[in-house]
Amino acid sequence: MEPTNDRNPDYYHKVVDCQWACPAHTDVPGYIRLIAQGRFDDAYMLNRESNVFPGILGRTCDRPCEPACRRTRVDGSPVAICRLKRVAADLKGDVSERLPAIPSQKNGKRVACVGAGPASLTVANDLLPLGYDVVMFEQYERPGGLMRTNIPEFRLPEQVLTDETQVIIDMGVDIRYNSPIASMSNLLNEGFDAIFVGVGAPRGKELHIPGRHEETGDSHIFIGIDWLESVAFGHVDQIGERVLIIGVGNTAMDCCRSSRRLGGVDIKVMARRPREYFKASPWELDDAEEENVEIIVNHAPKRFVLENGILVGMEFDVLSWNENASKSEILETVFLPCDDVILAIGQENAFPWIERDLGIEFGEWDVPIVDDVTFESTLAGVYFGGDAAFGPKNIIWAVAHGHEAAKSIHAHCSQLDVRDREPLTMTLESTKMGMNEWRYHNDYNPSSRQKMNHVELSKRFASLELEVELGFNPEQTAREVQRCLNCDIQTAFQAPLCIECDACIDICPVQCLTITENGDEDALRARLSAPALNPAQALYVSAALPQTGRVMVKDENVCVHCGLCAERCPTSAWDMEEFELRIPYAGDSGLLTIPVRRSAKSVSEVR
Amino acid sequence: MTSIAKPVIPLVALPKNELGLSIRDYEGAISTLCAGCGHDSVTAAISHAFWELSTPPHMIAKLSGIGCSSKTPTYFVRGAHGFNSAHGRMATIATGANAANRELTYIGISGDGDSLSIGLGHLAHAIRRNVNMVYVIENNGVYGLTKGQFSASADIGSRLKKGEANAMAPIDPVLLSLSMGATFLARSFSGDKAQLVPLLEAAVAHNGFALIDVISPCVTFNDHEGSTKSYRFMREHEVKEIETDFVPIRKEIRRSIADNDATEVTMHDGSVVRFRSVPEGYDPYDRQKVEDYIRTRQDRGEIVTGLLYVNEYAADVHALNNTPLQGLNSVPYEKLCPGSDALTKMQQSFR
Ligand SMILES: Cc1cc2nc3c(=O)[nH]c(=O)nc-3n(C[C@H](O)[C@H](O)[C@H](O)COP(=O)(O)OP(=O)(O)OC[C@H]3O[C@@H](n4cnc5c(N)ncnc54)[C@H](O)[C@@H]3O)c2cc1C
Ligand SMILES: Cc1ncc(C[n+]2csc(CCOP(=O)(O)OP(=O)(O)O)c2C)c(N)n1
Ligand code: SF4
Ligand code: SF4
Ligand code: SF4
Ligand SMILES: [Mg+2]
Repeated sequence: MEPTNDRNPDYYHKVVDCQWACPAHTDVPGYIRLIAQGRFDDAYMLNRESNVFPGILGRTCDRPCEPACRRTRVDGSPVAICRLKRVAADLKGDVSERLPAIPSQKNGKRVACVGAGPASLTVANDLLPLGYDVVMFEQYERPGGLMRTNIPEFRLPEQVLTDETQVIIDMGVDIRYNSPIASMSNLLNEGFDAIFVGVGAPRGKELHIPGRHEETGDSHIFIGIDWLESVAFGHVDQIGERVLIIGVGNTAMDCCRSSRRLGGVDIKVMARRPREYFKASPWELDDAEEENVEIIVNHAPKRFVLENGILVGMEFDVLSWNENASKSEILETVFLPCDDVILAIGQENAFPWIERDLGIEFGEWDVPIVDDVTFESTLAGVYFGGDAAFGPKNIIWAVAHGHEAAKSIHAHCSQLDVRDREPLTMTLESTKMGMNEWRYHNDYNPSSRQKMNHVELSKRFASLELEVELGFNPEQTAREVQRCLNCDIQTAFQAPLCIECDACIDICPVQCLTITENGDEDALRARLSAPALNPAQALYVSAALPQTGRVMVKDENVCVHCGLCAERCPTSAWDMEEFELRIPYAGDSGLLTIPVRRSAKSVSEVR
Repeated sequence: MTSIAKPVIPLVALPKNELGLSIRDYEGAISTLCAGCGHDSVTAAISHAFWELSTPPHMIAKLSGIGCSSKTPTYFVRGAHGFNSAHGRMATIATGANAANRELTYIGISGDGDSLSIGLGHLAHAIRRNVNMVYVIENNGVYGLTKGQFSASADIGSRLKKGEANAMAPIDPVLLSLSMGATFLARSFSGDKAQLVPLLEAAVAHNGFALIDVISPCVTFNDHEGSTKSYRFMREHEVKEIETDFVPIRKEIRRSIADNDATEVTMHDGSVVRFRSVPEGYDPYDRQKVEDYIRTRQDRGEIVTGLLYVNEYAADVHALNNTPLQGLNSVPYEKLCPGSDALTKMQQSFR
C-alpha cells in the first residue's frame, strides 16, 4: 500500500468515530474531557459551536455518534455521549458573554428564513454575527418547530427549549410569529438577498383503508404529528382508555407515551414487521415499554371497525414473515377493540405555497431539487435545509444543513461561487508533558456504561411536563467521562525515527501494530499481529522504515489510545497528538467581502 | 517504565492456545526497563513461544541472576515458578532445581555480564552436566544495570557512548559452549521474532542444555554509532544463511514447506526441527565445521544467526547421573534420606 497521507484531515477525523458519524462533527472527546475537568461552560461552548442546541440535543438527539463509538468495539456499549452533553448544558453557568458578538453596523444584506425550526435558527445563528438582517417567518406563535410542537415536554422541558431558541432570537432575529408564508412568489418580490426555506416536513401520512373516513361524529382517528401538536398547544388534554398506535417509529413512541399521560391505560403500538426492523431508536422503545406500553409485532392494519358511525376497534392481518422480512403471508385476521387510533406511519414534505413557475424545480415525489452540498435550489439565492430539504431526518441533521446553507448564503451575498467550499482542516499538537506524562488521562477505565435514572413510574404520569430522565448524578458523570477513549488523541508516527526495536508492538494491549513487508491491503490485513477484520476501519501504513525498508502498519479498529506505544518508543517515533478538526462556518473564509464572523471589523481592517 | 499497566480490553478477541489461554496469560508484570530495550522484545518472544507451545504456566520455572536481563523473568509468564538468584549463580540454582524436579521446563535468563564474567564458571559446569534447560543470554555488550561498562562480550574496537574503545578480546558464548560440548547452540537477534520464537520453541523441546545467545541492544548505553551490538549494526551485519522451522509434536506443518531433502532432527518429545536452508557444506552435527563456519564469518565482520549446532542424542544431566525417573522431590523422604544407620553402613563399606 501507499503510505497513509495523515496530512489529509479525513484520516484522523475518521479515527474519531463519534465525530465522524455526527452530522455536525461535534468534537465529542474534546467536550467530554472538559466535563471531566468540571469545565462545564467550556464544554457547552465547544458543543454549541457545531451543534448549536446542546441542552436540547443532550436530551433528544438521535445520536448517530453512539452506535459508531469505539467503546462499543471494546466493551460492548458506547459512551453515553448524549447524556454527557446534557450534563454540560445543565451545569453550565451564564455563558451570555461568550455568545457570538453581533455587530451594530449591519452589512446591508437581508435574508428571509421561512419557519423557526432548528434549521432556520442555525442559519440565523451563523449569519447574524456577520451583520446580516435576518427576518424569520413562522406560522405559529412560538419558535422551535417540531421541537416545540411534537417532542413532548416529558422528554424536552419547555424551559430548555425556550432558553436555547431565545438566545438566537435575541441575537437580533426580526421574527414574525403567526406569519405563514402562503406564496413564495410574493416572498421573492420582497427583495431579500437570499431566502432559506426551513419549513420541515409537515404532513403526516394517511392510512387509506376501509373505514377511515366513515365516522359520523367527532373523529377518534388522529394523525400522529397533528395530534402531538394539539397536545403541545393544549388543544387536546385527554384520550380514551384503549389506544392503538399504528406504526413503530419515534413519532409512535411519543404518541404512546403522551397517551399514557392523558388517560390511556391499554395502549398498544402496532407494528407490521418484526422488532429488528423497527425504526424507533432502541432507547425510545425501552422507555415506552417501561411505561407498560405493549408493542405488538407482525400486525398489518386491515380496516377500521365502526358501529353506528363510531369507532369501536380495528382489524389486523397477522403476518408471518420470511427470514429477511421481505415477504409475508397472512396467518389470520384479528379484531382489537379501541377507543382511539393514532396514525404514526411517517411524514411527508408539502410545499403548496411554492408556485411551480418560479424556477424552483421539483423532482420526484414533488420535492424540490436541492444540492446536497450547497443546499441551493435550482433558483440561485433560494436554499432549503432541515426536513424541508431531503425529507424527515432529525435535529442534528437540520443543524448541519443550517450551517452549510448559511455558508452558501454568505457566499451568494458576497457574489462568490457557492460551490467553492472552504475545506475542513486540522491541527495536531503533541500532548506530551514530560516523561510518560500526557495532557490527557491515558489509562483504560473498565467502568461499564452508566444507566440513566428515571422518575419512578408511580410519580411519572402526574403531568405531561414532568421530565422523565433525571440526568446523570456526579458519580455517574465521573465514571462515564472516563469511558471515553480519547480517540482524538492520535497515534502520530514518524517513520524516519523508528529503529524497529518492536517495543511498541510488544506493549500494545490490543495487538494493533505490526512491522512487516509492505503489500496490498488484503495481504496486509491478513498478516498483522492480529488480523484486521473490520474493513470499515482504516489501516495506517508508514513510509519505508530506515533500517529494513519494512513498514509500520496500524489497524485503527480497536486502538484504545492508551499511549503505551508512545511511552515505550525509545525514539519518540510514536507521539500522542491531539487532533482538532477545524470546521469552516459562514464567514470563516478570508476571501469574503463583507465583515468577518464574530467580529465587527470589516475584512479590510482584519487584513 | 510506562505510566500505566497494560490494560485488559474485554472484547478484543485474542487467539487461544490448546489450553484455552491467550498470550496475555503468558505475560508478566509491566517492564521497568528502558523504553526500546532489546530485552523486552526477548520477553515478548518467550511469552509467545510458551503460549504457542501451550506449556502450562505452572509447569515452567524461570530463573535468573543479576542485571537488566536478569530482571526480565518478572515480565513473562506470571503463573510460572521463579528464582532470582545472586549475580552469576542462575546456572547453579537451575542445576539444583532440575535435580529436584525434572518435570518442569526450565528457562534461565542471563546477561553477557552475568554469564561471561562473574558467572562463567557456573555456566561452564551447567554445559558440562548437560542440564536440561533453556539458557538465554540477552547479550548487549555492556553491563546495562550498572550504567553501561563494557562486558566480556564487547568486540575489540567497539566504543562506549563517550568514545572509549574496547581493547580486550571478546568471549563468544557460542564458540565457548561449542568447545565445551554443549548440545544445542543458537544465536539470534531481539529484533527478529520470526527467527527467535521458533528457536526458543526448539530449545524447549531439546533434551539437554540449550543455549541461545540473543543479541539484544541496550538502547540507553550501547545503541550508538560505534557500537557493534546496536539495532543498526545487527541489521547491517547479521547473516541468516541457516534457517530452521520448528514443527511441534502433533501439529501440522505451519511454517513454509521445506524441500524434500531438508535435514530434519526429531526431538525427544517427537517434535521436529527442520533445516530449511544451510550454507553449502554446512553440517549442524559437525562441531568442527560449525566452528570453522562461525569463525570465518566472524573474521569477515559478520554475525551468523540461527540454530548453529544440535546434538539430540547426548546424555542429559539425569542420564549422566543415573537419577530416578521421578523428580527427587517426589521420592519418599525415607528413601532420599535412609537415616544414620544406613550412613554408618555405607561408611563401613569403605573401610
Ligand atoms: C414526534 C416527533 C418526535 C421527534 N423527536 C425527535 C427527537 O427526539 N430527536 C430528533 O433529533 N429529532 C426528532 N424529531 C425530528 C425533528 O423534530 C425534526 O427533524 C426537526 O425538527 C426538523 O427541523 P426543521 O428546522 O427542518 O423543521 P421543523 O422543526 O419542522 O420546523 C419547521 C417550522 O416551520 C414552520 N412552517 C412550516 N411551514 C411554514 C410556512 N409556510 N410559513 C411559515 N412557517 C412555516 C413550522 O411551523 C415549524 O415551526 C421528531 C419528529 C417528530 C415528528
Ligand atoms: C556479586 C555482584 N557483583 C557485582 C554486581 C553489580 N552488577 C550488577 S548487574 C551487573 C552486570 C550486569 O550485566 P549483564 O548481565 O550484561 O546485564 P544487563 O544489565 O546488561 O542486561 C553487575 C556487575 C552485583 N550485583 N553483584
Ligand atoms: S495507543 Fe498505541 S499501544 Fe495503545 S492501543 Fe493504540 S496503538 Fe496500541
Ligand atoms: S517503539 Fe518506536 S522505535 Fe521501536 S519499533 Fe516502535 S516505533 Fe519503532
Ligand atoms: S539500561 Fe540498557 S539493558 Fe538496561 S533496560 Fe535500559 S536499555 Fe535495557
Ligand atoms: Mg549486558
